[in-house]
Amino acid sequence: MNWEAFWLTVRLAAIVSTLLIAIGIPIAYWLTYSRWRWKFLVEAAVALPIVLPPTVLGFYVLVALGSRSPLGRWWESLTGHTLAFTFEGLVIGSLLYSLPFAVQPFAASFGAVDPKLLGASASLGHSPVQTFRRIVLPLSKAGLVTGFALSFAHTLGEFGVVLMVGGNIPGVTRTISIDIYDQVQIANYSSANQTALLLLVISFVVLSVVYGLNRRPWVVGPWR
Amino acid sequence: MAVKVTAAPQTAPAASIQPISSDLEVHIRKRFPNPEGSFNLNVHFRALAGFTIVFGASGAGKTTLLDCIAGLSDPDDGRIAVGGQDLYDSEKKRNVAAWKRRIGYVHQDLALFPHLTAEENVAYGLHRLSAEERQTRSREMLDAFRIDHVRDRRPAQISGGERQRVALARALVTEPRALMLDEPLAALDRPTKSSLVGDLRKWNQHHRVPILFVTHNGEEVFALGDEVIVLDAGRIVAQGQPHEVMHAPRLETVAHLSGFENIFDATVLGLHEARGTMTCRLGSSEVELETPLVRAEVGSRLRVGVRAGDLLLATIDPHGLSARNVLPGTIRRLVQRDVIVSAMVDCSGTEFEVHVTLAARDALQLVPGKGVWVVVKTHSCHLLGM
Repeated sequence: MNWEAFWLTVRLAAIVSTLLIAIGIPIAYWLTYSRWRWKFLVEAAVALPIVLPPTVLGFYVLVALGSRSPLGRWWESLTGHTLAFTFEGLVIGSLLYSLPFAVQPFAASFGAVDPKLLGASASLGHSPVQTFRRIVLPLSKAGLVTGFALSFAHTLGEFGVVLMVGGNIPGVTRTISIDIYDQVQIANYSSANQTALLLLVISFVVLSVVYGLNRRPWVVGPWR
Repeated sequence: MAVKVTAAPQTAPAASIQPISSDLEVHIRKRFPNPEGSFNLNVHFRALAGFTIVFGASGAGKTTLLDCIAGLSDPDDGRIAVGGQDLYDSEKKRNVAAWKRRIGYVHQDLALFPHLTAEENVAYGLHRLSAEERQTRSREMLDAFRIDHVRDRRPAQISGGERQRVALARALVTEPRALMLDEPLAALDRPTKSSLVGDLRKWNQHHRVPILFVTHNGEEVFALGDEVIVLDAGRIVAQGQPHEVMHAPRLETVAHLSGFENIFDATVLGLHEARGTMTCRLGSSEVELETPLVRAEVGSRLRVGVRAGDLLLATIDPHGLSARNVLPGTIRRLVQRDVIVSAMVDCSGTEFEVHVTLAARDALQLVPGKGVWVVVKTHSCHLLGM
């Protein structure tokens, strides 16, 4: 059991899913309320990581982070090293990779809030942003938790993007799924089995929380 | 034509709002979808401080009208102003955002915030005040609407009547410039209704704002209305004081809505100008009715509406009555609804619906097949426009 890889992965997943709350909420807000006619193109782009092979996504992220891209050059001038094959690079790749797993539950729960409540809030003098904060967000707690949990679990298990963007540097970019792959490569099945089982259990627990939470009628939810 | 939102006048902080008496002027058109296709809302009226009833069948455009005034929906063109201040004006390209309009709106479904307590719901619109003042004002309102005892409960945990009160209190506490009430009493029993109406009246004695009150219940029109507007398919078809509009409904839509169970096609047979009456034949039957005189010619066709509750039934041929119309007939069916019995009586081919009490049914031993006389007063016959 490679605890170093385990904690690195947990740290990566926690950072990514937390950042996705901050990034995903505005995107989901826009997707829910925008009446722009080309909105569906943005929806498709956000959903892309669900169907794209991780190696394809990883390849483009690698190119974008490399020293030939503006982003890569800017980062290099700032820090003196490239983003590729670093933990930060891994975070950026994972953000893109898990984006739909946060944005879609967010947007679904925002959209499920009764428009009459939004009208009532407006009639009571609240601007759209105030209404979003005081009505939509509190009523979307289940969706926010779902998005957080799904993007956490999804990041935890990623392989292709990590391999492309981060490589396999112990303590920096070696995550558990890569560790499992390494163990199998050297025929260390018992270690691979332990790690795989742990990942399986964590994923199951996270998904159980998601489904258990969404079963509750949110009208009189457990929070106050 | 869509009108872009333009800058609104800065609304005064709620603390300094003085009650202002202000008229609501509405002159708008809006095309809106309806189960039977789309049609145009096209209305022009002025509502003074006090209750104005907006009366009409479902789908007549009542809610669309309220949404446009509240700013939740944009008209195609026209003008909406309250107290002389424009909220919407397509010519001036002016459209004040809903949240800056200060129009109170109680939706048919109340739209209480499910995650907030009754008190938090009521205090919601007072967000510009200090926490202290917010509490004072919402407590006062909870007290005035007799819902102080449920202030810490959520909407799902209180009764329908209490929810209705919370919704009203929440809208009123912000001291709106006008109030839109979309069937706010629909789900209430009668005692709850009248006490709520009393509280609402009391509130408006101090505030004097225009209140548009949507209903399709004829009783509420009489109970509340200073003025009634009848909407049908998006147009105002009648307007005036409730007793004028509802008791002398010249339009068939109003007649149906205000409870004319009997509406007949009729042909004018003769005019009796000296007596102020005329004789009409109903449909293609032999039945003749004496009705009040209206401007009509012999041979012209019109419609007669008679309320089932205005008709009398007799089991022997009545004599010495002032009523001019006594029609022999046969009871076809009896239907009991609550404490009213509807008797369907066939008078030589024309069927009348007559309402009698349970006691009358039993005393007269009314059963299907029994021969009866239907008594119709001349002034119970209302002539309706076609």
